Amino acid sequence: MTTFSRQLQSLHGRTPERVAVVLQHAGQPDVPISYRQLLRGASAYARTYSREKIEPGEVVVLILQHGEDLIYSFLGAVLQGAVPSIMPFLTEKLAPERYRAELATLISVTKPTAIVTYPEFESEVRGALREGDSVRSVILTDRLESQSDPDFDSLPGMKRSSEDIVLLQHSSGTTGLQKGVALSHQAVFNQLEAYSRALNLNDQDAIVSWLPLYHDMGLIAGFLMPILSGIPLVLSSPFDWVRAPYKLMQAVSQYRGTLSWLPNFGFNFCSQKIRDRNLEGVDLSSWRAVINCSEPVRLESHQAFYERFHSYGLKWEALQCSYAMAENVFGVTQTDLSRPPKVEQIDREAFMVEHVARPARSDRSIMTMMSSGKPIANTRIRILDDQGKDVADKKVGEIALHSDCMLTGYYNRPDATKRAFLDNWYLTGDYGYVSDGEVFVSGRKKDMIIVGGKNVYPQDLESLSYEVPGVHAGRSVAFGLFNDEAGTEDVVIIAEVQSEDPAEQERIAEALRQHVTQNSAIALRYVKVVGPKWILKTSSGKTARSANKEKFLKELEQESK
Amino acid sequence: MSDIQTTIGDYVSVSILKQPKRKTRTDEPLISSGLIDSFSLVDLALFVEDTFGVHIDDTELNAQTFDTLDQLANLIRSRQPK
Repeated sequence: MTTFSRQLQSLHGRTPERVAVVLQHAGQPDVPISYRQLLRGASAYARTYSREKIEPGEVVVLILQHGEDLIYSFLGAVLQGAVPSIMPFLTEKLAPERYRAELATLISVTKPTAIVTYPEFESEVRGALREGDSVRSVILTDRLESQSDPDFDSLPGMKRSSEDIVLLQHSSGTTGLQKGVALSHQAVFNQLEAYSRALNLNDQDAIVSWLPLYHDMGLIAGFLMPILSGIPLVLSSPFDWVRAPYKLMQAVSQYRGTLSWLPNFGFNFCSQKIRDRNLEGVDLSSWRAVINCSEPVRLESHQAFYERFHSYGLKWEALQCSYAMAENVFGVTQTDLSRPPKVEQIDREAFMVEHVARPARSDRSIMTMMSSGKPIANTRIRILDDQGKDVADKKVGEIALHSDCMLTGYYNRPDATKRAFLDNWYLTGDYGYVSDGEVFVSGRKKDMIIVGGKNVYPQDLESLSYEVPGVHAGRSVAFGLFNDEAGTEDVVIIAEVQSEDPAEQERIAEALRQHVTQNSAIALRYVKVVGPKWILKTSSGKTARSANKEKFLKELEQESK
Repeated sequence: MSDIQTTIGDYVSVSILKQPKRKTRTDEPLISSGLIDSFSLVDLALFVEDTFGVHIDDTELNAQTFDTLDQLANLIRSRQPK
């Protein structure tokens, strides 16, 4: 069986001049990178890691923005036999102290021996280091060994076995950084083989992506799959996409892109925020699949996207879905690309009360569900009830999975690992049902909010709110509210304070919004500060999120009357 | 406060923050503070273009180019035909 290094050596030998990646940066010309250049850049990093005495199997954390350094440092770690792990870069709105605290936590759990970053960011990184921690070296991008063709025979990465760990992915979420998923070469290749087959990936394909590489969808579908399969990749960044979504369409048109992945909100975002003048001459007919993944999938979002772009050659059957997670490397299911995803109209009441997906009746309220497809060839799915017993077809339960690419455990987290498994089956924490072999995902077991493809635990936002003067512990509640227009959830936070004075409440609301945003990088849509006894508690004193959400919605409705 | 600041300030309160009663100070940081989420930056640029006929490039949608209503108003004025 093969390894990343051997696969890269083979591509480098067979097609050195073929373009592996076209890097896009707003305001700059596109940078095409051949396999030869890719390996030259990676080998400069491999030799730098070797100079710094980074041993095979040791973790290297990469704190870099979209660009050549991120790609080379990642692949260079692989060539050195070390284990790369990408940490999101500090964003404008996140408070530096919070970022340092998160980095310190990441270091204490994953125990990296080196961190790679820019000279300008060195002091931030050093600020997170502690006496006696695992980090021996902070490697700066301006102090690298020079680029040269790799000497494969001398690279430690060539001696790694396919069972060795090749990379660490972090499962997303504000507290997710503490849960790393360690993946072996074999696990990644097993995923790529099964997932590529589901896509019928072939040498006519070109992948266009703006997804971040610290997230599984970006790292696997939008980076490793194309590079290791010899499929060209056009890569831009989330930072640029969110400011100019039309560039995705222009890139697909210019490079004849065939495959892209987007979170559900991305379909809405693109259909609402692109002007005709940015689409002049754009031809989207090469797109054979735009895959909706990492948020609950909505038919309305596909319809809006198709409505907006079909006159530019977009095909309806190009809009597809997948259910994926870092814990299975990436894909769990994929819809059949030869036809549109299956859509079911089900009876809303039966779904809510009996937790079953029964065909809709014309005289009753209807729910529209869109399939995420069938499990890919190497992955099996079960739907379990509260007792861990299998439920019948069309009954809703927790989705569990088993595959030859699933995680063996969370990295250095035996406690989290134990909770995540039931007899060797990984418990996803997602609810869903199976109908005619297709998986329909219907919700989350935990009160997780998914906003713009990012998982947010309400507990984390509530804890942050208690740090605001005037808000006491246990006196706030956070939840998600689905926004049809945006195609994703809005975040609501309600805090109870002693003061009944509107001006004082307004002041606290402002402080709350600012503090939570700067410490979570999550924008709050509604911040409501209320007087005593507003928040509903359960009999055991816990905050009942769904009850408070209903109360909030009722008040919102009255206010708008 | 000039008309430009008021017009954009109202748009930010009503359409972006969904707090119609909120008054944004003209020297208050909007982007670096996270008050305006990155998902809303395109909306702001489109609103400025439709309302004032001034184009703001996507590479300019950051706190270095403008962060407050005053700075944004200056940018708009500098680009309006004299």
